[in-house]
Amino acid sequence: MAQKVLDALKSHHAAAIEHTESQHGDEIVWVKRDQLVPVATWLKTDPAMLFDAPVFCTCIDRLDWQPQGVPPSMRWTEDKPRFEVAYQLRSSKYRYRLRIKIAVPESDPRVPSLAALWPAFDWQERETFDMYGIRFDGHPDLRRIYMYDEFVGYPLRKDYPKEKRQPLVRRDDLPMNPIKVDRAHPGDK
Amino acid sequence: MGVEITTTRLEDAAKWAKASMADKAVNWGRKFSLFSYPFVTACCGMEFMSVAGPKYDLARFGAEFPRFSPRQSDLLMVVGTVTEKQGPAVKRVFDQMAEPKWVIAFGVCASTGGFYQNYSTMPGVDQVIPVDVYIPGCPPRPEQVLDAMIMLMDRIQSGRGHSQLRDKREQLIAARNDEG
Ligand code: SF4
Repeated sequence: MAQKVLDALKSHHAAAIEHTESQHGDEIVWVKRDQLVPVATWLKTDPAMLFDAPVFCTCIDRLDWQPQGVPPSMRWTEDKPRFEVAYQLRSSKYRYRLRIKIAVPESDPRVPSLAALWPAFDWQERETFDMYGIRFDGHPDLRRIYMYDEFVGYPLRKDYPKEKRQPLVRRDDLPMNPIKVDRAHPGDK
Repeated sequence: MGVEITTTRLEDAAKWAKASMADKAVNWGRKFSLFSYPFVTACCGMEFMSVAGPKYDLARFGAEFPRFSPRQSDLLMVVGTVTEKQGPAVKRVFDQMAEPKWVIAFGVCASTGGFYQNYSTMPGVDQVIPVDVYIPGCPPRPEQVLDAMIMLMDRIQSGRGHSQLRDKREQLIAARNDEG
């Protein structure tokens, strides 16, 4: 049904769209990173779209994504962007659903923030920042939301060792094991 | 000859058999008037409520009131998953409690981290504070909690709570130092 949305997007913002796809009844549009805010503004305000309900914002880390049964051309290789940031939107008037995806390279993990358009994305973008280290340009208050400020690294990135704890306190008779800081990612503070 | 520091249970038991009647009376009073501070963080809290409720009725062991101020309590029940971010809070609550104090780790999460072996969960609250009794189970049955309660009361009576042992150890060390 939301194919209408994809068609309208293609006719109004042909230059901003990389490609579109439909999977399992969900329509996905891949938007160029620098065109995200104009496209999103149009989706929110155009009388034929009125995407007023933000559903979620998250990120997918494609590092070493080599599933079986997937053609080699779709698998992840070093030269492809590592992250995909996904915004799911819904139009409560027309009952459209749409997912916006932005490809983000590891060397420059930045995406324009949509928190000004949909305030509900404020905390979700903070979560995405906290877990994946994606910087949202123009976000009003980009801080960690789950982890503590002392935490180094981004725990849901595929290259974060999943049991690497970074304790804040330990009993006096137990070692603290301070974590050696690994700031290999160019985007890190 | 200096006082030797006891290490094994048997030696301890022999020493404590000689403990004065006053000690025993005080410990008897302590074990029947535990004031618990429920540090409830996760799903185990439901089971804690059922233990505290009328059916299983923790109150009949004298642990009547959950006090929501650490300064008025002497039993810290850590109920549920403790994250690394909460570590300083647990430690602070424990430090604020009145001496002598006891700790129960309620459920596998509080005892070992349970199945949350990941970057955010503390592998057992004993990483931060000393624990007297661990209750396994996810969540533990109320009977297990009552069993742990009775076990803790036994320990309090025989002076084997961690804070009682620490006091005893300090007294022994002080006595040995006095003797030169
Ligand atoms: S032990 Fe089980 S029931 Fe208790 S807090 Fe952990 S996960 Fe929840």
